[in-house]
Amino acid sequence: MGSTVTTANSEENNWGGGNEPMGASYGKLMMWFFIVSDALTFSGFLAAYGFSRFKFIETWPLADEVFTHFPFLHGVSAPMYYVALMTFILIGSSVTMVLAVDAGHQLNKAKVTFYMFLTIIGGLIFVGSQAWEWSNFIKGEYGAIETKGGSLLQFVDNTGHRVKLSDFAVSLPKEREQLTKNKGKWFMEESSLPTYTVAEVQAGFKAHPELLTRTEVIYEDTASSKADPKNNTTLNKVKHKTILTRAESEHRLTNATIVVEGANLIRNEYGSKLFADFFFFITGFHGFHVFSGVIINIIIFFNVLIGTYEKRRSYEMVEKVGLYWHFVDLVWVFVFTVFYLV
Amino acid sequence: MALCRSSLGIRIYSFLSRLIFKSYIMSDVHVSNTKRIWFVFALLSVVTTVEVFLGIIKPESLHLTQFLGMNLLNWIFYILTIFKAYYIVWAFMHMEGEKSILRKVVVVPVIFLVLYLLFILLTEADYIFEIFKNSTIKWNF
Repeated sequence: MGSTVTTANSEENNWGGGNEPMGASYGKLMMWFFIVSDALTFSGFLAAYGFSRFKFIETWPLADEVFTHFPFLHGVSAPMYYVALMTFILIGSSVTMVLAVDAGHQLNKAKVTFYMFLTIIGGLIFVGSQAWEWSNFIKGEYGAIETKGGSLLQFVDNTGHRVKLSDFAVSLPKEREQLTKNKGKWFMEESSLPTYTVAEVQAGFKAHPELLTRTEVIYEDTASSKADPKNNTTLNKVKHKTILTRAESEHRLTNATIVVEGANLIRNEYGSKLFADFFFFITGFHGFHVFSGVIINIIIFFNVLIGTYEKRRSYEMVEKVGLYWHFVDLVWVFVFTVFYLV
Repeated sequence: MALCRSSLGIRIYSFLSRLIFKSYIMSDVHVSNTKRIWFVFALLSVVTTVEVFLGIIKPESLHLTQFLGMNLLNWIFYILTIFKAYYIVWAFMHMEGEKSILRKVVVVPVIFLVLYLLFILLTEADYIFEIFKNSTIKWNF
């Protein structure tokens, strides 16, 4: 009987209110559970990216040929430097966030304000950088040709360096005009036309005998690829895109259907069509998280300013929004590896 | 004096080990933790720099050596990524100060489900790749 009484007492302690399961407040625990579910969402996306990449493992675009831009360095190939900079900006804003949380523990309002402000600035710079990255990705640099089978041909010179369409395409009299809404019979329009037509690229290629094309296939140094008469004998390098001979390039170009410049959700000049889709979707979803994080940070920042948490004698809200902000940084660490490094 | 000198190494050791293995719970102590934060920042920056450096030069000895179905360079990238993720969650998100039950509730489901998802999707993708490569079915899109 005595034991029954003891149980009743401890039950009152457990369920009588004011108890914090797992030693965390309600809000903090719910933020952790939200982060778990969001982490699984991102894992789903990245795993889907991995699925498509493994499916097209021999032809997937090489990241260090795609992301080569750096502000104020036009025409200089600077692979990775820009995303590295973005990564540092995000880690930096994570640090200022954790410093704000730390200052909150000591109820230091001035320091919390200062570090929250820096965090917001860092977040805005990151979102802006991502916009710049997207605009370069959409605009493209070299241009490519899509052939009947749906695969891409890119152009290189006789040293293996990429060549832009504008460097060799000839200008032929145009008979093709973009259909705009005001010329349409019934709300008809089409997307903008590429700068050059297929015929102009083909004629330009004929006029420049030093040019070659390369396929999407990643070159492996095997006996069969060495013996293949279609492959260029001198320029091919392991784990780079396969460069064709001049004769094979001319042959493939007769099957050209579309000039591809830059990227959209249907096709892109970098390679596999899914590559651009995943890039837009995953970095876009991450960028949306950063953007919402900045908005939430701004709200909390103003709450700090007007002294809401000072009156409460607890800066736990800063800690909760900090958890979200670090999660965004955590996701970027994985996106960075999966899209840019591997 | 002699005692002072001999304890210097121990003092450095205990300082570093306080930075690396934080054992006390901060939310109760309310001491400033900035040293630890800057240490983790430096660590993450160094690891990122190493990653970018390896990503740019891509040393052939690592890039062309296969190990368990993946080249060594990619293994390094993934290990460094998980290393960074550990420090972000443990130090920045302050997992090290939480109760062990909260740590387990958050970390174990994520790790289990992610490994499960990756295993299924990557295995299936490799299967589809083999089918299209070695059988008579060709890409029709």
